[in-house]
Amino acid sequence: MPLAQTATTVPVTVNDDLCIADKGCTVCVDVCPLDVLRIAESEDGSKTAYMKYDECWYCMPCEADCPTGAVTVNLPYLLK
Amino acid sequence: MDEILDGLTQIDCDILVIGGGTAGPMAALKAKKKNPNANVVLLDKANVKRSGAISMGMDGLNNSVIPGYATPEQYTKEITIANDGICDQAAVYRYAQECYGIIQELDSFGIRFQKDQNGEYDVKKVHHIGTYVLPMPNGDTVKKALYRQLRKARINIINRYMATRMLTGEGRVAGAVCVNTRSAEFLVVRAKAVIMGLGAAGRLGLPTSGYLYGTYENASNSGEGYAMAYHAGAGLANLECYQINPLIKDYNGPACAYVAGPMGGYTANAKGERFIECDYWSGQMMQEFFDELQGGKGPVYLKLNHLAEETISEIERVLHIVERPTRGHFHAGRGTDYRKQMIEMHISEIGFCSGHSASGVFVDEHARTTIPGLYAAGDMANVPHNYMLGAFTNGAFAGLDAADFIADVDYASFDAGEVEAERTRVLAPTKRDDGIPPNQIEYKTRRLVNDYLQPPKVTAKMELAQKRFEEVREDMEQGMYVRDAHELMRALEASTILDCADMAAAASLYRTESRWGLYHNRVEYDRDDENWFCHTILTKGEDGKPAHRKQDVKPYVVEIAEDEKDAYYKQRVGASVAAE
Ligand SMILES: Cc1cc2nc3c(=O)[nH]c(=O)nc-3n(C[C@H](O)[C@H](O)[C@H](O)COP(=O)(O)OP(=O)(O)OC[C@H]3O[C@@H](n4cnc5c(N)ncnc54)[C@H](O)[C@@H]3O)c2cc1C
Ligand code: SF4
Ligand code: SF4
Repeated sequence: MPLAQTATTVPVTVNDDLCIADKGCTVCVDVCPLDVLRIAESEDGSKTAYMKYDECWYCMPCEADCPTGAVTVNLPYLLK
Repeated sequence: MDEILDGLTQIDCDILVIGGGTAGPMAALKAKKKNPNANVVLLDKANVKRSGAISMGMDGLNNSVIPGYATPEQYTKEITIANDGICDQAAVYRYAQECYGIIQELDSFGIRFQKDQNGEYDVKKVHHIGTYVLPMPNGDTVKKALYRQLRKARINIINRYMATRMLTGEGRVAGAVCVNTRSAEFLVVRAKAVIMGLGAAGRLGLPTSGYLYGTYENASNSGEGYAMAYHAGAGLANLECYQINPLIKDYNGPACAYVAGPMGGYTANAKGERFIECDYWSGQMMQEFFDELQGGKGPVYLKLNHLAEETISEIERVLHIVERPTRGHFHAGRGTDYRKQMIEMHISEIGFCSGHSASGVFVDEHARTTIPGLYAAGDMANVPHNYMLGAFTNGAFAGLDAADFIADVDYASFDAGEVEAERTRVLAPTKRDDGIPPNQIEYKTRRLVNDYLQPPKVTAKMELAQKRFEEVREDMEQGMYVRDAHELMRALEASTILDCADMAAAASLYRTESRWGLYHNRVEYDRDDENWFCHTILTKGEDGKPAHRKQDVKPYVVEIAEDEKDAYYKQRVGASVAAE
């Protein structure tokens, strides 16, 4: 029973230009109660936070605590 | 991160507090203050800085007993009546006597409450009878202030470990088994006393949006407190008294009549008419809400559009920044302006939560469970209508009592086989090559909860639920499959949710009467005080399935007059008022 690749749109977005994960920031990943954010490393070695799991309580600590205002919490599409 | 690693570490502490939301931090602080030499560990599945129901803040203290506004006797009486008399008053009365001291302490932490021009607490009336709601227009300070205190008191904080099973031995608590949510490594914590503050079972029913995490409760509260207490052999009280809340439709956050009510807002039907006299959440109020919808008079709304501009902007300011700050985005997305439209509400999914109802792990007025050395406080313990101040105050009681308990005991020895068995159970989904992912197990369980357990409760439907749950359990135990440590956390939660679903069905079938309005509305039975004026206590039976017994309600501390007993059943607005 292989698993399917069903796509899902995620409610939390990160502005690459503002995110300073490169400098070691992981604040949003640290505070999220559902633990759904991670840091991605692209081919050129630059790092950005992103939402890895679509399991969000739209509670907002990630947005509130981000030092650069890079995070935007939208509502999950299903309940928007 | 998230790669599954093999590892097991054991640590020792005097007091292990599980859950760093609301009750847990206060328990840890009080225990440490009373016994500064004690090694107190506060462990959380998330990060204590931003975990639990109060993650972003709170709009107010819903149940404060403040001298000049209310007395402990009045409060105890009101909560007893709101719970149809099924209430061991000692715990409620002690809370009512001591919560004012806790408010003052929170105030000294820098948490801001609303005060009038004279600097006195500005308490509002929302309940049916008394005056207990203390607004916190700057309630976003609460978690930060609490966290500062934890650091100051040098509490050992362990984040991102999920407790999965309690360890017991020598007839008392011995510690807990925990799993790292990002690496699947095990941590066995030996402790002389354990305090549980793991919050509500918030992922029991499925929200109508279909989004698994679109719950009323903080979705990290999946109900491990209930499942761990159950498997450890503790008693759980009145689980059939579900939590069901009147919420903003789809958004599933509180409409906040508690904030808007004192400023002139109210719950209305489609015609904009008031149909309940009191917006305080209770089973009886929810029954009226349900009847209005069933009677074709819905949707039901929170009505604010008759208020003055300055009142509306103040309500907006509070509701859109403090407790659930995405609420403003939600309304904006739908084009809802409080000045023009009413706010559509609906009935939430079911859950367990004493914060708003009355069910949970059975505790006495010291927050002691039925297992020596094991305490529970907050939404998961059965003290009715706890809310945030109840979590703080009962958490304090647990911490104080645990500090005494550890003075006379050493670690209880436990069977190492228990840890091994738990490792095998936890890791099973990592040992397969393919199978069913946890989100599908969870979705199916919760969808069945909605189909068969949601009130009005029907015997045949609940029995069907039990059959379906057994099938899902078989699938879960034989076929659940995870690819990383994060998914393993979800798998463990799925198993908790299934345990809670089993308990909800069993408890509801056992009490063959109707009680608590909609919360336990069993259509085939009327209320039956002769046979059911009692608690029901659910434990894990010899056969590994839920077992039940009745337990007497303790003699009242505060007497209730015959003509007061049904006050909460007089909720419906009379014809003359409705026409106002
Ligand atoms: C949206 C919302 C609005 C509310 N508004 C108000 C209000 O205005 N006024 C009021 O008085 N009350 C309000 N309440 C109720 C109040 O917030 C709660 O009753 C109270 O905060 C519960 O405290 P608790 O400690 O029991 O749970 P929580 O504060 O939720 O803490 C539970 C903790 O346990 C952790 N945890 C869960 N499972 C595990 C595990 N397996 N291992 C380790 N840790 C675990 C969680 O991460 C969390 O930190 C509201 C509740 C909600 C959800
Ligand atoms: S907190 Fe902000 S800056 Fe830091 S990693 Fe997250 S998005 Fe980037
Ligand atoms: S809104 Fe809450 S749950 Fe969603 S990513 Fe941010 S912190 Fe996590």
